Amino acid sequence: MRLHTDRTYELQLEKLRASVLEMGGLVEDQIAQAMRALTTRDRELARATIARDHMVNRLDVEIDDLAIKLLALHQPAARDLRLITTALKVTTDLERIGDLAEHIAERAQELTVELPIKPSIDLPRMAELARGMLHRSLDAFVREDEKLALSVCEADDTIDQLHEQLFRELVSFMADDPRTVSRAMRLLFVSKYLERVGDHATNIAEMVIFMVKGRSIRHLDRPPRDL
Amino acid sequence: MEMASSSLATAESTSAKILVRELTVRYGGTVALDHVSLDIGERRVTALIGPSGCGKSTFLRCLNRMNDHIRGVRIEGRVLIDGVSIYDPAVDPVELRRRVGMVFQKSNPFPKSIFDNVAFGPRVHGVRDRVELRGIVERSLQQAALWDEVKDRLDRSALDLSGGQQQRLCIARALAVEPDVLLMDEPASALDPIATAKIEELIHELKTQYTIVIVTHNMQQAARVSDETAYFYLGRLVEVGPTEQIFTNPGRQETEDYVTGRFG
Repeated sequence: MRLHTDRTYELQLEKLRASVLEMGGLVEDQIAQAMRALTTRDRELARATIARDHMVNRLDVEIDDLAIKLLALHQPAARDLRLITTALKVTTDLERIGDLAEHIAERAQELTVELPIKPSIDLPRMAELARGMLHRSLDAFVREDEKLALSVCEADDTIDQLHEQLFRELVSFMADDPRTVSRAMRLLFVSKYLERVGDHATNIAEMVIFMVKGRSIRHLDRPPRDL
Repeated sequence: MEMASSSLATAESTSAKILVRELTVRYGGTVALDHVSLDIGERRVTALIGPSGCGKSTFLRCLNRMNDHIRGVRIEGRVLIDGVSIYDPAVDPVELRRRVGMVFQKSNPFPKSIFDNVAFGPRVHGVRDRVELRGIVERSLQQAALWDEVKDRLDRSALDLSGGQQQRLCIARALAVEPDVLLMDEPASALDPIATAKIEELIHELKTQYTIVIVTHNMQQAARVSDETAYFYLGRLVEVGPTEQIFTNPGRQETEDYVTGRFG
């Protein structure tokens, strides 16, 4: 593709793209750290993860500022306009994922004071899936790859099913032994957070499809078969 | 020049006011327009955009035969307005230009009074009655959103008006002969932002009664005022579509490059 005649504009759009990626990478890392704190029962790591959330928030504000400046000063059109509006929406989802990572770390902290009720297998699996979706949605954003983005939307079902399965399992724990209720509830929260991460990754992927194709596929019952 | 029967034209489209088919214009050895076909909707604003030399002004000038007198010009193809080929020898160019009015980049009022500027066209077309002329002048100035500013000084020279007022006077002058179509060639490019906003507001009002075709270098202006946008490049019509689509999701890469500011 050709470059903009206005080099400053070109550089600022590039900076916007890079900042979204930076924020995405940070958020991915936050999820990974929070999950590690949970599985290794590492209180200090949980604390450090919570403390890092302000970096995510700072990027959220910076990207908003840059996007608003671009809108005001350059009257962007077509693909540039779609990139900027996508960046604005994607950062909102990323910021929420950052908050969810923080919540996971909080639950991890709480869980360290109690004995584990079961080995962590399902939650790390969900976390891997959610993180994979997030990673691919950001990849799709950089590479402007609508097919990759569509695959993210399709993956959301698997995570929803895992959450449902874990829900049933944890409910049976609680029914069998009420002493597990507070621990099982915390784990259930984490499951819900990860399920939400999948939803946010799906939102990002849908925005990427809009960015590339100029077509909205949001709020459909099912992802479309083709684009 | 190819002749087209009006029945054929009306069969092609019912909503288009102007049908252009395979229009090719050559100046000497240069091809200024290359087989351009375009439908222009009735009571719609159609914006023609593209870099200098892309053929958009040549195209505009073909719609009221302003190119006829350029030396060495050769015009091929068809232009039909209301189903009638305007290059038919039976068509009187003077009558055509009454129906298809034009406003230029640089406002060009006559060095006469405001009243005489607006009354000029109707007088040429034979209106003599003072009362009737006054009615036409008032109506035209009202339509051009200038009446309130000049009603008390109609006998003053048009040249005393501000640039924006002069341009609206030229629009009033074009409206005075009751055209159907208004061609505007960069109507606001010499005006300040407020005068420009007034012209754009005026275009919104005029389109309820007139078919408007506007050439502009200002892409935001095209985006604001038009219903359809046509992108020209090197004499070819690259793409035409609803303005919103052209500026958010154009179909062709060349259009995309132009509206996003990626020129050559």
